[in-house]
Amino acid sequence: MAEHTMVAALNAALRGSLQEDPRTLVFGEDVGELGGVFRVTEGLQREFGRERVFNTPIAEAGIAGICVGLAMAGWRPVAEMQFDGFSYPALDQVIGHVAKYRERTRGRVAMPITIRIPSFGGIRGKEHHGESPETYYVHTAGLKVLTPSTPLDAYRLLRLAIADPDPVIVLEPKSRYWSKEEGELTAEGPGIGRARTLREGSSCVLISYGAMIQRCLEAASVLEAEGVTCTVLDLRSLVPLDVEAIAGAARSTGRVVVVHEAPMTLGMGAEIVARIVEEAFDHLEAPVLRVTGPDVPYPPASLEQVYLPSVERISAAVRKVVAY
Amino acid sequence: MSSENAVPIVQLIAPDGTAVGDTGVGLSDDQMRELLRLMIRARRLDRECWALQRQGELTVYPPFEGQEAAQVGSAFALGPADFAFPSFRELAAAIVRGVDVVEYLQYHRGTWHGGPYDPYASGFAPICVPVATQIVHAVGWAIGARLDGKAACSLAYFGEGSASEGDFHEAANMAAVFGAPAILFCQNNGWAISVPSTEQFAAPIAARAGGYGFPGVRVDGNDVLAVYAVTREAAERARSGGGPTLIEAMTYRVGAHSTADDASRYRDEAEVEVWRARDPIERYRLHLATRGLVDDAWIAGVDADAETWVAEIRAALTVLDAPPASEVFDHAFAEPPATVLRQREELLGDG
Repeated sequence: MAEHTMVAALNAALRGSLQEDPRTLVFGEDVGELGGVFRVTEGLQREFGRERVFNTPIAEAGIAGICVGLAMAGWRPVAEMQFDGFSYPALDQVIGHVAKYRERTRGRVAMPITIRIPSFGGIRGKEHHGESPETYYVHTAGLKVLTPSTPLDAYRLLRLAIADPDPVIVLEPKSRYWSKEEGELTAEGPGIGRARTLREGSSCVLISYGAMIQRCLEAASVLEAEGVTCTVLDLRSLVPLDVEAIAGAARSTGRVVVVHEAPMTLGMGAEIVARIVEEAFDHLEAPVLRVTGPDVPYPPASLEQVYLPSVERISAAVRKVVAY
Repeated sequence: MSSENAVPIVQLIAPDGTAVGDTGVGLSDDQMRELLRLMIRARRLDRECWALQRQGELTVYPPFEGQEAAQVGSAFALGPADFAFPSFRELAAAIVRGVDVVEYLQYHRGTWHGGPYDPYASGFAPICVPVATQIVHAVGWAIGARLDGKAACSLAYFGEGSASEGDFHEAANMAAVFGAPAILFCQNNGWAISVPSTEQFAAPIAARAGGYGFPGVRVDGNDVLAVYAVTREAAERARSGGGPTLIEAMTYRVGAHSTADDASRYRDEAEVEVWRARDPIERYRLHLATRGLVDDAWIAGVDADAETWVAEIRAALTVLDAPPASEVFDHAFAEPPATVLRQREELLGDG
């Protein structure tokens, strides 16, 4: 069975989409000969030519804006934003047009656009290289928002995003880019809008997504040695959100901890807790806790582990919920 | 300012109707008359829209009086395969492109957002209010057309105030780098709501083109033949692989920014009078009359037709109600998330 890094899996997903649909275009800053700063687009320009895989000027609003025009002309754009912290100039085009164009035109103009954004911290990056922008996109009606946690699922989600008729933001957890997973690269399996259970337990449920899934799994291992078993639910799809899976997991144990590295206030945790309260209040045995980044800007490399939810913080929250 | 004078203004017909340049722009007599007919109808409809707003039949409406030549002349130079990307004051251009006017005016009636008509039917993108974002869309469309090997171009309408937005720069630079068949068509109407162009930029917009590496031209925006000629030249260059062109049409917003605006708060009426004397329709009528192409009877016929046309639009528009409530939910997604479907059910019931 072949082993894939997340970078290689994403690269394969782009290659597969370019092969299967001649209307697919891949572009962004440095995605050509260099293959992107993370090498996700490596080799694609040579294989598919400079017309279908191309560099753009450093112009994020322009990149998102030409996606709209290209979609109107019948193309299927897959754009890369180089880093989370550099994606903000594009927000005006994304919020104003990418997300709204289909609605503004009464469904006449589709926006089958994929915007990939290497996201989240944990790579000892410079400032503007460790941000968690998911709430901006999740809160923008008209977008779908995906974030994989493992290589095989990264392949699946990117293939599904590119094939989707609606605009999709794919937040790639750059700290997991070099993680490896064995198996077959396939788009079959859980679709957009479905969470997946990565580990079953009966004491507590850990709900997370992206890079923090790995830490949740590590915390679950630590806790198991103490006799505390955890279900780990990987959301994968932030919009649409798998409310059934969230509520079902909450009902199964009555104890839930939500983990993300984005700042706490109005982060995904707020939405998840609200859904649990709406759907599974009677089943709760303890308050739902959040383990998140604090409400301050992302710190420099030497301090990022202070900021990021640690295995210890996650484990402590589970112990607290279980002991309640 | 010396920089103001650095870019010559292309003019073929002087405000008194006399030819000052080569008016042989390749149009038949019928086409020459059609330009006038379109401008007359556009103005008649524009004034009707102002009245309809005052009567409560439209929400806020942005009048284009004074800019008929800039819009009609440029849109007339486009072909059926080309695509125009308007801002929000381009009803005259929409008329030329054959957009269903009643559908267009649904936007100002508040029954739908900027794309109430089929953009593909007439190669006319949705009305775009954030003022410069559509320039980038036009460049994206042009890149796509070029990848398809089509002999077609896009044209983005924007105002001189919009040219201060970063999207103008990103669009212009990308158009240049990709050799996109795009025309960046600026209607410099002197005012961005209350801010005069002198407080918006310090050098002619057309001069910026040189910095991007493509041609820039300043044209008398109230001279319909000149606008047509420079746009056609830009379109032919774009369609044949010659890349983008920036056109700055010097015109004037005779009316207020919108029905919600009071231009007398910031603008001297004497300035408006100067521009009324440069009226695009009267100038062109005089020119065609001198050449014997139109007479009073022809004008009277066009006026009468315009009255009938506007009455039909008014009748069709004023009976338009809000669309079904379900439309709030129906169009945002091709495949709506479960949460949206649930909200739809909660708000609308089973219907």
